[in-house]
Amino acid sequence: MKKQPLWKTLCCVAGVAIIFFLAWLAEETQGASSMLVTVLKKGAVYALIAVSMNLLNGFTGLFSLGQAGFMLVGAYTYAVLTIPLAKRQAVYQYYAGGCITVEVNFIVALVLAGVVAAIFAALIGLPVLRLKSDYLAIATLGFAEIIRAIVQWDSLGPITNGSNLLKTYPTFKTVMSGSTVLFPFIVSGICIGIILLLINSTYGRAFKAIRDDEIAAEAMGINLFHHKQMSFVISSFFAGVGGALLAMYQGSLQANAFKSSMTYEILLIVVIGGMGSVSGSVIASFLFIACSEWWLRFLDNVTYINDFQVPLLGSGFRMVVFSVVIMIVVLFFRQGLMGDRELWNLKIPKRKAKQEVTKA
Amino acid sequence: MSSVLRVENVTMQFGGVVAINDLSMEANEGEIVALIGPNGAGKTTAFNCITGVYEPTNGAVYFQDKPIAMNHPSGKMKHEYAGEKGDMYLGKHIRMTPDKITALGIARTFQNIRLFKSQTAFENVLIATHLRRTSNVFSATFRLNYKEEAAMRKHAMELLDVVGLADLAEEKATSLPYGKQRRLEIARALATKPKLLLLDEPAAGMNPQETEELGAFIRSIKDQFGLTIFMIEHHMNLVMDISDRIYVIDFGKLIAKGTPAEVRDNPAVIAAYLGVDEE
Repeated sequence: MKKQPLWKTLCCVAGVAIIFFLAWLAEETQGASSMLVTVLKKGAVYALIAVSMNLLNGFTGLFSLGQAGFMLVGAYTYAVLTIPLAKRQAVYQYYAGGCITVEVNFIVALVLAGVVAAIFAALIGLPVLRLKSDYLAIATLGFAEIIRAIVQWDSLGPITNGSNLLKTYPTFKTVMSGSTVLFPFIVSGICIGIILLLINSTYGRAFKAIRDDEIAAEAMGINLFHHKQMSFVISSFFAGVGGALLAMYQGSLQANAFKSSMTYEILLIVVIGGMGSVSGSVIASFLFIACSEWWLRFLDNVTYINDFQVPLLGSGFRMVVFSVVIMIVVLFFRQGLMGDRELWNLKIPKRKAKQEVTKA
Repeated sequence: MSSVLRVENVTMQFGGVVAINDLSMEANEGEIVALIGPNGAGKTTAFNCITGVYEPTNGAVYFQDKPIAMNHPSGKMKHEYAGEKGDMYLGKHIRMTPDKITALGIARTFQNIRLFKSQTAFENVLIATHLRRTSNVFSATFRLNYKEEAAMRKHAMELLDVVGLADLAEEKATSLPYGKQRRLEIARALATKPKLLLLDEPAAGMNPQETEELGAFIRSIKDQFGLTIFMIEHHMNLVMDISDRIYVIDFGKLIAKGTPAEVRDNPAVIAAYLGVDEE
């Protein structure tokens, strides 16, 4: 592979800076509670989660559906460790103030959220990663559901607050004065940057080799289990951080929200963006969040034009449209938006050559 | 001459089918050894037993006099294998995964080409240099290993140059013509820095001229990288031309061994290839 030219790297840095600036500008002009800013915040969080899932499903070829479980672990780790001591009595009202008496800085808690999720992944990976394809998907899905059930278990109430809400921990509104949108952008940006570096390193190449041909990869001396475990743990680390960010976005946290349907949402983003494309996942997550939170909301509202009630529009119709979109993508656009290419590697089609062909 | 590979009394059974039956072979340092036999004789199965893809039902494989596979069935089947030496491997069990065997220094190519399909020719070779890394995942991610990374890239490019694919480095591996894909597989195998190279039908699908070039090429890489080469091949001209010794198997059993001249005139070999005269 040729070395990336300097101007290309500079363009990418400038592009990221412009996106950050535009996000900041959007909040300044539209206000923090506008639809646009909401979509940007949630989109940034989902972008990180989708990229972490893509690392596993798109780059290593492991069809895992445990993402929601690891997000849950990350989110709870973050929330439990950052609720101010003074407010614990109120939050853990059914469990006598809970049993954890430490409060850590939210940055430390974000990292710990990832670490705890990674530890869970390492333990779960031991038995599960010996399975292949569909069996792996079923097993990871099962583990995600088990984690959700355990967190809601009453006996763990002093730690997790059972099935009650966790709240009053630092959120996007409180951690950064002046801007709520920049924090998720910065954290997601750093994490996605690290994943990109990993994917382009020698380990990332080994992951892709496993995806392409396990037998050949093993014959080239790549230890399959070791590398799969590594990919699984790293992916879960970032899913954990993403889960913590999601908790920050929501402002309050309940285990019930992390159902398997959340994993399917993320899988949908990954497929629409393109398995094996980081930039595809990022673009798709913003598109998906914008559609589900904003652009397609009107489908759920009963609408009248003068006296005429527009047919079909009503509660739940949005999901019908979504299902149709999924089917269209799966049937006709299996590559997704980007396939396995990246935004910065796209080749601009040569128009001149085409014209010459048509002339001839 | 020290022994590089020794296959000892290996039997490989799949259910009721005995794919290899009590096979013993040897390859010494610096040799080119060929394994030939009619279709379905068990040649590729023998390779898979050596590289750890299959675990032999009975017998042992030694690489540089260290065992890399050893097995013996237990229970009442134990005397059905290896004749009077039936108890030789009893109670001993050694199994290594293919990646460990590759790390020891055995590299292979595949009969039905197995390149990494979504990657370029260069990346295919580069992936195989991953084995001899010293970096861990942290240092690789944050580019603390940039010197090693540069060395890997240089090594991969040199190997592409050796097999004559340097100008096609950026092409998708699967878009290369058949003969070049085979050469790319050899380059990829060499990138693991092997001592023993197993070639599974390297000349399959090549025309006579390409085959002749391949013979010279195999000799040259053997000398350049100090390899021992063990190959399965069907092109008799190539086999007779370059190999030092030949093993012939049929229905999983060794039917002849020796120098090309000896094997050529062996009646059992002629019978296996041409059939026995009915009269």
